[in-house]
Amino acid sequence: MQKSLHLDPAKCTGCLQCEMACSYEKLGEFNPSRSVIKVFTFHEEGRFAPYTCTQCDEAWCLRACPVDAITMDMSTGAKIVIDDKCVGCKVCTISCPFGTINYVQETGKVAKCDLCGGDPECAKACPTEAITYIDANATGYDRMKAFAEKSLPSANTSA
Amino acid sequence: MRHVIIGAGPCGVVAAETLRKQDPDSTIILIGNEPIPPYSRMAIPYFLMKDIDEAGTHLRSDDFYDTHNIQYLGHAVENVDTDLKVLTTDDGTEIPYDKLLIAAGSKPLLPPIEGADLPNVHNCWTIEDARQIAERSHSCLEVVLMGAGFIGCIILESLAKMGVNLTVIEMGDRMVPRMLDDKAGGLLEKWCIEKGVNIRTSTRVNSIREEDDVMIVELDNGESIRACTVISATGVKPNTEFLKGSGIEVDHGIVVNTNMQTNVANVYAAGDVAQGKDFSTGNYEVQAIQPTATDHGRIAALNMAGHLVEHNGSVNMNVLDTLGLISHSFGLWMGVEGGDSVDIYNAEAYKYMNLRFGSGIEEDVLVGASTLGVTQHIGVIRGLIESKTHLGVWKSRLLKDPTRLMEAYLSCTQELDNVV
Repeated sequence: MQKSLHLDPAKCTGCLQCEMACSYEKLGEFNPSRSVIKVFTFHEEGRFAPYTCTQCDEAWCLRACPVDAITMDMSTGAKIVIDDKCVGCKVCTISCPFGTINYVQETGKVAKCDLCGGDPECAKACPTEAITYIDANATGYDRMKAFAEKSLPSANTSA
Repeated sequence: MRHVIIGAGPCGVVAAETLRKQDPDSTIILIGNEPIPPYSRMAIPYFLMKDIDEAGTHLRSDDFYDTHNIQYLGHAVENVDTDLKVLTTDDGTEIPYDKLLIAAGSKPLLPPIEGADLPNVHNCWTIEDARQIAERSHSCLEVVLMGAGFIGCIILESLAKMGVNLTVIEMGDRMVPRMLDDKAGGLLEKWCIEKGVNIRTSTRVNSIREEDDVMIVELDNGESIRACTVISATGVKPNTEFLKGSGIEVDHGIVVNTNMQTNVANVYAAGDVAQGKDFSTGNYEVQAIQPTATDHGRIAALNMAGHLVEHNGSVNMNVLDTLGLISHSFGLWMGVEGGDSVDIYNAEAYKYMNLRFGSGIEEDVLVGASTLGVTQHIGVIRGLIESKTHLGVWKSRLLKDPTRLMEAYLSCTQELDNVV
């Protein structure tokens, strides 16, 4: 059974443990600005929303890459950036309608969530179960995926 | 079924890949007009800067074509006979097809000026061009670049990083006039000048002449500039000459319907050579951008394999990195009549963001945007434009502060429980 990240803004307290865990896993240092999961703050309402790639089926990033630097991890379904191949052209960053693949000035390459190989650190670090890694079907499916399939005209072309 | 694809750029390769998936038993022949494995022109600047070697420009690994049973030929196609359903390559080989995809891309233009045919006036379009420019850069320290459009600016970065004394001549009143407005284009020019690049906007090259062993580039402002290499990036046009007499209708590009089919049965066109549907205007236009090329290639291939799939139009969008300053444009970035707009402009910080909203029932829908110095979560601009998301109360918040775009996006698209 394929698993996916389930993000529940209602449970998020904005503690940013996910960003710390993500950056520590990827860089070996606590650097939330380089985390590929981000918590957005709604100041007026005092609410928070964790946000990262849902590994969508459309994989706009993968399809747009001119040098075949994004591939799918068959075991997790994650779309993964191969750093050695990425030239930093940024075409994927404008192609992804969710804005979840981003250019990193420090490395000259793009970065996105790779599900930590099937054991995502953000979910383990979240103290309130706002981020969980669960059976894809049990999530009632993911909001972003639903959004993609319903509202983006170019998404309705997979055959 | 015998599928033949003319053009081995991203569009042709994605089409071949999609066809193989959809039609496992078919014959697939992919024809590029250069005798090297299919590569990405997008990667040429990185090759010039030596960030990658030549293999790093390849669209797929070199064994991809064998493992997917795709026959790859490196020859130019000279003629297409749509009655006999056969095409002829430059070595006289005749290749019959059942379904044909024309994904021949575009080719660069040389400006109609005296001296444009001198040996050291180059386009920077193919790997071979790049090899020659790289070769000459060892001994040539004065370079003139004609054209500061999208392609010009991509090359600009690699030339500047090669350490040459670079002068850029652009006839428009600002850099990248077809992607950036005067504020963003002006900031980009200031940025380039600060980085040591000489920029002349609203300026034309009158002629290029040889004098001893250098060239003299004469400008219409009376200035003359010495150069040992002149690079032309003054525009491209769809590669359609070889279709003369084929009966395939060509306007600016090859005319296609929403199934990427031409006016001739069993012939499809896609990518830079095709005049496909623009998402924002509904018109059929040549976009000549990478994401559109791969969208087209995939949809054309699905239709060739018998799935009737419609192309709903591609959002025109661009991203450009000019010496570290990153700019974007999306959709109707110049705005629509009666639509609101907002921008923030900080010249010291090199930051700019301009959002354009629709009119009438789409008055709270984002229809276009351009940015400078902004990179994070930029793709949501495409998402908001293409999903035609009604921003509701968020529109007025964005008019006050456009940098809250991510909050607006999350609120409007994620049905955040209890978060309005």
